Amino acid sequence: MTDPVHLNCESLLGSLSEYIDGELGQELCREIEKHLAGCENCRIVLNTTRRTIDLVQAPAEAANVPDDVRERLFKCLNLDDYLKSRSR
Amino acid sequence: MINPTSQELSLEKLRAGDRAEFARMVDTFSSPIYRLGLRMLGNSQDAEDVLQNTFLNALTHLPEFEARSSIATWLYRIAANEALMSIRRKKPEVTLEDLRADDPDTELIPAAFVDWSALPEKELLSEEGRKNLEAAIASLPENLRLVLILRDIEGISIKETAEALGLTDTNVKTRLLRARLHLRERLSTYYSEHLIHEERND
Repeated sequence: MTDPVHLNCESLLGSLSEYIDGELGQELCREIEKHLAGCENCRIVLNTTRRTIDLVQAPAEAANVPDDVRERLFKCLNLDDYLKSRSR
Repeated sequence: MINPTSQELSLEKLRAGDRAEFARMVDTFSSPIYRLGLRMLGNSQDAEDVLQNTFLNALTHLPEFEARSSIATWLYRIAANEALMSIRRKKPEVTLEDLRADDPDTELIPAAFVDWSALPEKELLSEEGRKNLEAAIASLPENLRLVLILRDIEGISIKETAEALGLTDTNVKTRLLRARLHLRERLSTYYSEHLIHEERND
Protein backbone atom coordinates (compact mmCIF):
# COMPACT_ATOMS: atom_id res chain seq x y z
CA MET A 1 0.00 0.00 0.00
CA THR A 2 1.24 3.44 -0.78
CA ASP A 3 0.90 6.33 1.62
CA PRO A 4 -1.95 8.67 0.77
CA VAL A 5 -0.75 11.80 -0.93
CA HIS A 6 -0.95 14.75 1.39
CA LEU A 7 -1.95 17.99 -0.16
CA ASN A 8 0.44 20.90 0.37
CA CYS A 9 -0.33 24.62 0.29
CA GLU A 10 0.86 25.00 -3.29
CA SER A 11 -1.38 22.31 -4.71
CA LEU A 12 -4.32 23.63 -2.70
CA LEU A 13 -3.73 27.02 -4.24
CA GLY A 14 -3.81 25.49 -7.73
CA SER A 15 -7.27 24.02 -7.05
CA LEU A 16 -8.64 26.95 -5.05
CA SER A 17 -10.84 28.50 -7.75
CA GLU A 18 -12.37 25.19 -8.72
CA TYR A 19 -12.90 24.27 -5.07
CA ILE A 20 -14.75 27.55 -4.47
CA ASP A 21 -16.81 27.07 -7.63
CA GLY A 22 -17.75 23.54 -6.53
CA GLU A 23 -16.17 21.92 -9.55
CA LEU A 24 -13.98 19.35 -7.81
CA GLY A 25 -14.65 15.68 -7.06
CA GLN A 26 -15.47 14.53 -3.54
CA GLU A 27 -12.12 12.91 -2.91
CA LEU A 28 -10.11 16.03 -3.73
CA CYS A 29 -12.53 18.14 -1.66
CA ARG A 30 -11.92 15.87 1.32
CA GLU A 31 -8.14 16.22 0.86
CA ILE A 32 -8.50 19.98 0.69
CA GLU A 33 -10.66 20.11 3.79
CA LYS A 34 -8.17 17.95 5.67
CA HIS A 35 -5.38 20.36 4.74
CA LEU A 36 -7.49 23.39 5.62
CA ALA A 37 -8.22 22.02 9.08
CA GLY A 38 -4.52 22.19 9.92
CA CYS A 39 -3.36 25.23 7.92
CA GLU A 40 -4.50 28.64 9.07
CA ASN A 41 -2.92 30.58 6.20
CA CYS A 42 -4.73 28.47 3.61
CA ARG A 43 -7.99 28.97 5.51
CA ILE A 44 -7.45 32.72 5.36
CA VAL A 45 -6.65 32.61 1.65
CA LEU A 46 -9.79 30.53 1.05
CA ASN A 47 -12.07 32.81 3.13
CA THR A 48 -10.76 36.03 1.64
CA THR A 49 -10.72 34.71 -1.94
CA ARG A 50 -14.32 33.54 -1.53
CA ARG A 51 -15.26 36.97 -0.17
CA THR A 52 -13.38 38.69 -3.01
CA ILE A 53 -15.45 36.74 -5.54
CA ASP A 54 -18.66 37.61 -3.65
CA LEU A 55 -17.76 41.28 -3.84
CA VAL A 56 -16.90 41.13 -7.54
CA GLN A 57 -20.21 39.40 -8.21
CA ALA A 58 -22.24 41.64 -5.89
CA PRO A 59 -24.81 43.32 -8.08
CA ALA A 60 -23.68 46.93 -7.92
CA GLU A 61 -25.83 49.41 -9.73
CA ALA A 62 -24.68 47.64 -12.90
CA ALA A 63 -23.95 50.35 -15.45
CA ASN A 64 -26.54 50.09 -18.18
CA VAL A 65 -26.01 51.89 -21.43
CA PRO A 66 -26.93 55.54 -20.83
CA ASP A 67 -29.81 56.81 -22.97
CA ASP A 68 -27.64 59.19 -25.03
CA VAL A 69 -25.13 56.40 -25.78
CA ARG A 70 -27.98 54.11 -26.83
CA GLU A 71 -29.39 56.81 -29.06
CA ARG A 72 -26.07 57.36 -30.86
CA LEU A 73 -25.61 53.60 -31.17
CA PHE A 74 -29.01 53.16 -32.83
CA LYS A 75 -28.29 56.08 -35.17
CA CYS A 76 -24.93 54.73 -36.25
CA LEU A 77 -26.60 51.37 -36.99
CA ASN A 78 -29.42 53.09 -38.94
CA LEU A 79 -31.92 51.78 -36.42
CA ASP A 80 -33.48 55.17 -35.59
CA ASP A 81 -36.96 53.77 -36.23
CA TYR A 82 -36.58 51.37 -33.32
CA LEU A 83 -35.28 53.82 -30.72
CA LYS A 84 -38.62 53.97 -28.93
CA SER A 85 -39.19 50.23 -28.62
CA ARG A 86 -36.65 49.60 -25.92
CA SER A 87 -36.76 45.83 -25.39
CA ARG A 88 -34.76 45.27 -22.26
CA MET B 1 -25.53 40.19 -16.70
CA ILE B 2 -27.71 39.54 -19.70
CA ASN B 3 -31.40 39.74 -18.97
CA PRO B 4 -32.48 36.07 -18.82
CA THR B 5 -36.12 36.94 -19.34
CA SER B 6 -35.49 38.42 -22.76
CA GLN B 7 -37.20 36.33 -25.37
CA GLU B 8 -34.81 34.16 -27.37
CA LEU B 9 -33.50 35.98 -30.42
CA SER B 10 -34.27 34.44 -33.79
CA LEU B 11 -31.08 33.75 -35.70
CA GLU B 12 -33.13 33.15 -38.80
CA LYS B 13 -34.62 36.63 -38.64
CA LEU B 14 -31.24 38.18 -37.82
CA ARG B 15 -29.57 36.51 -40.79
CA ALA B 16 -32.42 37.55 -43.06
CA GLY B 17 -31.69 41.17 -42.15
CA ASP B 18 -34.74 41.74 -39.94
CA ARG B 19 -34.02 45.19 -38.50
CA ALA B 20 -36.47 44.95 -35.59
CA GLU B 21 -34.77 41.73 -34.50
CA PHE B 22 -31.36 43.35 -34.82
CA ALA B 23 -32.57 46.24 -32.66
CA ARG B 24 -33.74 43.69 -30.09
CA MET B 25 -30.30 42.06 -30.16
CA VAL B 26 -28.65 45.45 -29.64
CA ASP B 27 -30.87 46.17 -26.63
CA THR B 28 -30.24 42.72 -25.16
CA PHE B 29 -26.45 42.94 -25.32
CA SER B 30 -25.52 46.61 -25.35
CA SER B 31 -25.26 46.98 -21.55
CA PRO B 32 -22.87 44.06 -20.90
CA ILE B 33 -20.76 45.10 -23.89
CA TYR B 34 -20.68 48.72 -22.75
CA ARG B 35 -19.60 47.58 -19.26
CA LEU B 36 -16.88 45.41 -20.80
CA GLY B 37 -15.65 48.45 -22.72
CA LEU B 38 -15.73 50.63 -19.60
CA ARG B 39 -13.73 48.14 -17.56
CA MET B 40 -11.23 47.41 -20.31
CA LEU B 41 -10.64 51.00 -21.46
CA GLY B 42 -11.48 52.94 -18.30
CA ASN B 43 -13.48 55.76 -19.91
CA SER B 44 -16.92 56.23 -21.39
CA GLN B 45 -15.78 57.58 -24.77
CA ASP B 46 -13.66 54.53 -25.57
CA ALA B 47 -16.38 52.26 -24.16
CA GLU B 48 -18.84 53.84 -26.58
CA ASP B 49 -16.44 53.24 -29.49
CA VAL B 50 -16.11 49.58 -28.50
CA LEU B 51 -19.90 49.34 -28.30
CA GLN B 52 -20.51 50.91 -31.73
CA ASN B 53 -17.72 48.98 -33.44
CA THR B 54 -18.93 45.70 -31.97
CA PHE B 55 -22.42 46.06 -33.43
CA LEU B 56 -21.21 47.51 -36.74
CA ASN B 57 -18.93 44.51 -37.02
CA ALA B 58 -21.76 42.16 -36.03
CA LEU B 59 -24.02 43.72 -38.67
CA THR B 60 -21.38 43.12 -41.36
CA HIS B 61 -20.57 39.57 -40.32
CA LEU B 62 -24.00 38.31 -39.34
CA PRO B 63 -24.57 36.53 -42.68
CA GLU B 64 -21.40 34.48 -42.06
CA PHE B 65 -22.23 33.66 -38.43
CA GLU B 66 -22.53 29.88 -38.29
CA ALA B 67 -23.97 29.60 -34.80
CA ARG B 68 -21.26 27.24 -33.60
CA SER B 69 -21.34 29.41 -30.50
CA SER B 70 -24.24 31.36 -29.01
CA ILE B 71 -24.97 34.90 -30.17
CA ALA B 72 -23.80 36.14 -26.74
CA THR B 73 -20.43 34.39 -27.04
CA TRP B 74 -20.01 35.62 -30.60
CA LEU B 75 -20.71 39.23 -29.58
CA TYR B 76 -18.39 38.99 -26.58
CA ARG B 77 -15.66 37.71 -28.90
CA ILE B 78 -16.08 40.72 -31.21
CA ALA B 79 -16.23 43.10 -28.23
CA ALA B 80 -13.10 41.62 -26.60
CA ASN B 81 -11.21 42.02 -29.89
CA GLU B 82 -12.44 45.59 -30.28
CA ALA B 83 -11.33 46.39 -26.73
CA LEU B 84 -7.88 44.87 -27.25
CA MET B 85 -7.46 46.71 -30.56
CA SER B 86 -8.43 49.96 -28.90
CA ILE B 87 -5.83 49.40 -26.14
CA ARG B 88 -3.29 48.56 -28.83
CA ARG B 89 -4.00 51.84 -30.65
CA LYS B 90 -3.16 53.69 -27.44
CA LYS B 91 -0.06 51.63 -26.72
CA PRO B 92 1.36 50.86 -30.16
CA GLU B 93 4.46 49.29 -28.61
CA VAL B 94 2.30 46.44 -27.30
CA THR B 95 1.23 43.79 -29.81
CA LEU B 96 -2.14 42.06 -29.76
CA GLU B 97 -0.27 38.84 -29.04
CA ASP B 98 1.29 40.46 -25.96
CA LEU B 99 -2.15 41.44 -24.72
CA ARG B 100 -3.44 37.92 -25.18
CA ALA B 101 -0.36 36.03 -23.98
CA ASP B 102 0.13 34.50 -20.58
CA ASP B 103 2.64 36.43 -18.57
CA PRO B 104 4.53 34.19 -16.14
CA ASP B 105 5.13 37.25 -13.94
CA THR B 106 1.45 37.30 -13.10
CA GLU B 107 1.87 34.02 -11.20
CA LEU B 108 0.95 34.84 -7.67
CA ILE B 109 1.89 33.46 -4.31
CA PRO B 110 -0.33 34.82 -1.54
CA ALA B 111 1.47 37.22 0.76
CA ALA B 112 -1.38 38.74 2.77
CA PHE B 113 -2.72 36.59 5.59
CA VAL B 114 -5.21 38.79 7.36
CA ASP B 115 -8.75 37.44 7.50
CA TRP B 116 -11.01 40.37 6.68
CA SER B 117 -13.78 38.15 5.31
CA ALA B 118 -16.04 38.70 8.32
CA LEU B 119 -16.06 42.49 8.03
CA PRO B 120 -19.66 43.73 7.79
CA GLU B 121 -21.15 44.02 4.34
CA LYS B 122 -21.78 47.76 4.70
CA GLU B 123 -18.09 48.28 5.22
CA LEU B 124 -16.99 45.94 2.43
CA LEU B 125 -19.43 47.52 0.01
CA SER B 126 -19.18 51.14 1.11
CA GLU B 127 -18.76 53.69 -1.67
CA GLU B 128 -15.04 53.83 -0.97
CA GLY B 129 -14.88 50.02 -0.82
CA ARG B 130 -16.52 49.74 -4.23
CA LYS B 131 -14.18 52.35 -5.69
CA ASN B 132 -11.24 50.41 -4.35
CA LEU B 133 -12.64 47.22 -5.88
CA GLU B 134 -13.05 48.87 -9.30
CA ALA B 135 -9.50 50.24 -9.08
CA ALA B 136 -8.24 46.75 -8.20
CA ILE B 137 -10.07 45.29 -11.22
CA ALA B 138 -8.63 48.05 -13.42
CA SER B 139 -5.12 47.20 -12.23
CA LEU B 140 -5.32 43.62 -13.51
CA PRO B 141 -3.36 42.83 -16.67
CA GLU B 142 -5.68 42.91 -19.71
CA ASN B 143 -5.68 39.16 -20.34
CA LEU B 144 -6.71 38.41 -16.73
CA ARG B 145 -9.20 41.26 -16.62
CA LEU B 146 -11.07 40.00 -19.69
CA VAL B 147 -11.52 36.55 -18.15
CA LEU B 148 -12.69 38.01 -14.83
CA ILE B 149 -15.16 40.35 -16.54
CA LEU B 150 -16.74 37.58 -18.60
CA ARG B 151 -16.76 34.82 -15.98
CA ASP B 152 -17.17 36.53 -12.60
CA ILE B 153 -18.85 39.82 -13.49
CA GLU B 154 -21.07 38.99 -16.47
CA GLY B 155 -21.46 35.40 -15.28
CA ILE B 156 -20.95 33.42 -18.49
CA SER B 157 -19.59 29.85 -18.17
CA ILE B 158 -15.95 28.76 -18.34
CA LYS B 159 -16.70 27.13 -21.70
CA GLU B 160 -18.32 30.26 -23.16
CA THR B 161 -15.50 32.44 -21.82
CA ALA B 162 -13.02 30.09 -23.50
CA GLU B 163 -14.94 30.31 -26.79
CA ALA B 164 -15.22 34.08 -26.62
CA LEU B 165 -11.51 34.55 -26.00
CA GLY B 166 -10.17 31.73 -28.17
CA LEU B 167 -8.65 29.96 -25.16
CA THR B 168 -8.84 26.44 -23.77
CA ASP B 169 -10.97 25.79 -20.68
CA THR B 170 -7.74 25.16 -18.75
CA ASN B 171 -6.33 28.55 -19.81
CA VAL B 172 -9.49 30.26 -18.63
CA LYS B 173 -9.37 28.48 -15.26
CA THR B 174 -5.70 29.39 -14.77
CA ARG B 175 -6.30 33.05 -15.64
CA LEU B 176 -9.39 33.20 -13.49
CA LEU B 177 -7.44 31.89 -10.50
CA ARG B 178 -4.66 34.43 -11.08
CA ALA B 179 -7.13 37.27 -11.47
CA ARG B 180 -8.95 36.30 -8.27
CA LEU B 181 -5.69 35.96 -6.30
CA HIS B 182 -4.46 39.35 -7.57
CA LEU B 183 -7.69 40.97 -6.46
CA ARG B 184 -7.57 39.18 -3.12
CA GLU B 185 -4.08 40.61 -2.45
CA ARG B 186 -5.21 44.15 -3.30
CA LEU B 187 -8.39 43.89 -1.27
CA SER B 188 -6.46 42.36 1.64
CA THR B 189 -4.18 45.39 1.81
CA TYR B 190 -7.15 47.71 1.75
CA TYR B 191 -9.44 45.89 4.18
CA SER B 192 -6.63 45.02 6.63
CA GLU B 193 -6.31 48.74 7.33
CA HIS B 194 -10.04 48.90 8.05
CA LEU B 195 -9.74 45.93 10.35
CA ILE B 196 -6.95 47.59 12.33
CA HIS B 197 -8.98 50.78 12.48
CA GLU B 198 -12.00 48.85 13.77
CA GLU B 199 -9.96 47.07 16.44
CA ARG B 200 -8.54 50.38 17.63
CA ASN B 201 -12.05 51.75 17.97
CA ASP B 202 -13.29 48.76 19.98
